[in-house]
Amino acid sequence: MKRIAIWTLAALAAALLALTGCTKKEQAGEGTIKIGIAGPITGPYATFGEQLVKGTELLAERINAAGGINGRTIEIVQGDDQCDPKQARSVANRMVSDKVIAVVGHFCSSSTIPASEVYSENNLLMITPASTNPQVTERNLSTVFRTCFRDDQQGNYAGDYIANTLKPKAVAIIHDKDTYGQGLADATRARLKDAHGIEAKLYEGVTRGDKDFNSLVTKMKGLGIDIVYFGGLHSEAALIVRQMREQGMNATTFMSGDGVATDEFAQLAGDSSQGALNTFAADPSRLDSAKSVVDAFRAKNYEPVGFTLYSYAAAEVIVAALQANGASPDGKALGAWLHGNSVNTVLGPVEWDDKGDPKVAPLGIWEWQKGADGKFHSVQIK
Amino acid sequence: MHILVQQLINGLILGAIYGLIAIGYTMVYGIIGMINFAHGEIYMIGAYLCAIFLALSAAFGIDSLVIALLIVLVGTVVITSLYGFSVERVAYRPLRGHGRLAPLISAIGMSLVLQNYVQLSQGARDQAVPALFSGVFRSGTGDDFVQITHLQLLIVMVTIVSMAVLTWIIAKTPLGRACRATQQDRTMANLLGINTDWTISLVFVIGAAMAAVAGILITLNFGSFNFFIGFVAGIKAFTAAVLGGIGSLPGAMLGGIILGLSESLFAGLVNTDYKDVFAFGLLVSVLIFRPTGLLGRPEVEKI
Repeated sequence: MKRIAIWTLAALAAALLALTGCTKKEQAGEGTIKIGIAGPITGPYATFGEQLVKGTELLAERINAAGGINGRTIEIVQGDDQCDPKQARSVANRMVSDKVIAVVGHFCSSSTIPASEVYSENNLLMITPASTNPQVTERNLSTVFRTCFRDDQQGNYAGDYIANTLKPKAVAIIHDKDTYGQGLADATRARLKDAHGIEAKLYEGVTRGDKDFNSLVTKMKGLGIDIVYFGGLHSEAALIVRQMREQGMNATTFMSGDGVATDEFAQLAGDSSQGALNTFAADPSRLDSAKSVVDAFRAKNYEPVGFTLYSYAAAEVIVAALQANGASPDGKALGAWLHGNSVNTVLGPVEWDDKGDPKVAPLGIWEWQKGADGKFHSVQIK
Repeated sequence: MHILVQQLINGLILGAIYGLIAIGYTMVYGIIGMINFAHGEIYMIGAYLCAIFLALSAAFGIDSLVIALLIVLVGTVVITSLYGFSVERVAYRPLRGHGRLAPLISAIGMSLVLQNYVQLSQGARDQAVPALFSGVFRSGTGDDFVQITHLQLLIVMVTIVSMAVLTWIIAKTPLGRACRATQQDRTMANLLGINTDWTISLVFVIGAAMAAVAGILITLNFGSFNFFIGFVAGIKAFTAAVLGGIGSLPGAMLGGIILGLSESLFAGLVNTDYKDVFAFGLLVSVLIFRPTGLLGRPEVEKI
């Protein structure tokens, strides 16, 4: 009796395995084109994941409504890495086994870098709309591209602004010990030192997930810091600026990078977000090329802040490359095509240098201000 | 000079925060010798409930701050205590008497269940509560002042008072006697007519209520929270409890203060990067010389 049961089970298992094999073969040739979107869909940084997903999904909708790529519809496959490098790797592996043709992602540079190695090994094109650490494109991987700026550019821009416009007496540079945060803080610090001869009076790292930064704030108060530059994300930035104002550091300017380019920063910091500055890409929603897309987002009750339009552009780039190359999943071929061609996107025409960075990536300074509706908005001031 | 004093105050406040959460750990260990790893998550649920009740009060148009806070306090403490009670009934009571390992794993599992439950039902983002307290006590002139906000002072006072009240309860009341009896010899306590099941449940409820109060105060203080704060706070508070001697209530307070001060002073005087390394290094050195913590009772072999 037992023997028969075991053999039946084995036969069933074999049959099931064979069936899964069948479905996979179907999807490889005809059928939908799978484009992956990877980022922090859940987790503390999900606000950015939402920007990425909304951007790519709208593009997919519009392309599908216009007939798809060579008649085939785009299917979006989401991968959640929670901004964790270990999960990023498994998301990348799953994208590969799900036969995704190209990937928009990831978000955190510390996730994008390990994931890009997996994509590169499997010849999958990856375009990141938001990972700004220079290392992403410095490793000679031909399948890796960006639609956003790099942190060395961002650091230079921030350093110049601090030195020329803010003219500080004492600068504190704080980071969150992460690839992105520390990378950006280091770039700004280097620019201040090398190009302007300004030494940061304080250079320290805080831990992501910590809530109490009062000892750091007290130390900065004691050193008479008048400009705080923070390399990191909005959760820590909001708490630091809030505790700064609570301890009476009202005249100190708080400046950060693209990690606070989300309304959640203003939500968490409350009134303390008034006057906070950050570097970010020059507002793409002001460009003519973006008008119809911004209107489409607004019609869906979504304001395309932060990286939304960069994600949209990344998806546009993938679609353009696929359309020109017969929807081939060959990452290297698609990459080579991108190096030699410019693509018209919502950000305007984008061309890449041989590392995979866009040749033109204009930056700007944004300030958080209280609007007439009583809520805080980020407004480009330069 | 005032900077040093301010750092000491920062350390004290941080220590009070750790101590407030450590109470739950130390009370549960004191009575059944088990580390309740889900306690941090109970604190996190308290934080979420605080925000929910604040939002409800605002939705019902309650203008008075005092009434809103009363609603928050009662609502949060009641529901969090229910959570504490249920966790004990579901995850720990069935495993009593099955060694030390099974309840420990069950506690870790419960912690993960609660984290994921909150993450799925409330979303994974950071949430904020409006700044309700802006008062601050300042001493000093011009730019050289030392300060403590009203809320921070409240946290310190609540921690000291609850520590004192609970120590008095354990030492002087019939309930406290029942707790001590249950801890010393559970079988004998049962034979003598003490309902040990109810006593243990009550201890869990008190611990959960303290965690709820901690959740309310700390959330109002920092303004933001997410589903993961329980894990981080739990580790630090557990460390504080062990440092001070797990099972001892004054020990939890002492451990909290020492941990808070060492973190703040190291961050303030040396650098912020390695403050956790220093704090945990301190824990290891203390444990090497006093394995049961600073105020802990040495383990007595029962014959």
